[in-house]
Amino acid sequence: MDEKRRNFLKVAGISTLAGLGGTAVVDRLVAGSGIAHASGSAGHEVEAAKKSSGHGAAPDPSVNRYGMVIDIKKFQQDPSLGEKIVAACHSVHNVPQFPEKKDEIKWIWMTQFENAFPEKPNVYLDEATEKHQLPILCNHCDSPPCVRACPTKATFRNKDGIVMMDYHRCIGCRFCMAACPYGSRSFNWRDPAEFVKDANHIYPRRMRGVVEKCNFCDERVGAGKLPACVEACGESKALVFGNLNDPNSEIRKVLKENHTIQRNPSLGTLPSVFYIV
Amino acid sequence: MYDSGKIIPGLIIFVLFITIPIWYNRGAAGSVPKPVLPKDAKTCVLPAAEIRAEHMKLLNTWRDEVLRTGDRGTFEIEGKPYQKSLMMTCMKCHTSKKQFCDTCHVYASVKPYCWDCHIAPVE
Repeated sequence: MDEKRRNFLKVAGISTLAGLGGTAVVDRLVAGSGIAHASGSAGHEVEAAKKSSGHGAAPDPSVNRYGMVIDIKKFQQDPSLGEKIVAACHSVHNVPQFPEKKDEIKWIWMTQFENAFPEKPNVYLDEATEKHQLPILCNHCDSPPCVRACPTKATFRNKDGIVMMDYHRCIGCRFCMAACPYGSRSFNWRDPAEFVKDANHIYPRRMRGVVEKCNFCDERVGAGKLPACVEACGESKALVFGNLNDPNSEIRKVLKENHTIQRNPSLGTLPSVFYIV
Repeated sequence: MYDSGKIIPGLIIFVLFITIPIWYNRGAAGSVPKPVLPKDAKTCVLPAAEIRAEHMKLLNTWRDEVLRTGDRGTFEIEGKPYQKSLMMTCMKCHTSKKQFCDTCHVYASVKPYCWDCHIAPVE
């Protein structure tokens, strides 16, 4: 009896050791030799460090990253422009107009400077900035926190760098709304169907219980057109849309010629929407 | 058998009760739906038998290709280009949701959620 117990304890001890050490050994074997494994992970870190330095990785011209430059001065000169672009966007995308403010759905909207740039407070704000509003919309960040938060991948970053939504997958958990530092997302608390006036019959609307936001007019850009808001600006060039990764694009020219700012860049989300103040 | 006077009528009542759906709906079986086909279009994106069985899968494939992959390529039928779109392709020929989609869906008691968001043509 005693000897049996002694044997049992030996076997149990050896199996425990094998169990604890075994996975590590198998991992090593699978990943090749231990040294190769170590150098591999070190290389990865260097790569990651390079990527996070400055404003993201060096632009890769073979990949699109769409962005927008908003000239706030043009919106101050022509105060009607703001209404025009909001109306254009919301009618193209069947954005519902709810009577109550708390249900409001916004893709692009006009706001005060201090609301758009809370990290740039200024007691002695100039008159034009104080008096006029500027447009804000989804920033289509290069490193979007909403995409990381989404549990169903309903929100994703597409091949053109547009942060967009697959409403079929949205379960309405609103994690993305909590994750977005710019408040660019709205939730459909009510069924929007009856609040869409003069529906655009080539674009769907949304249903109750999903989050929605600006999609940088992916459906128009994909068809070779400009976003609806950019088109509504006409020749004024108040909004300039283009591929940030293409060094010869118009948007890059505008960015080179003007000093631009982004909304809350310190968060490291790398917004693709730039403002000329 | 003890208590056969109670058990046998009880069994009969039980059988009648659980077969309520069968005899209640006897003779009321709906006629096979006849969706109204478009007059001016002769060919669909797939042969009739295939599209009848697979249209929901095709719509899902189109959705994933267009939305997630960003592949908006068109396809051709009899030389005319068409987009991968429910609202812009399917419903352009099948102009009536009530007379086409709904006939079968109601008969089969299928409730697709397409129309929660997608807008049916005006009838």
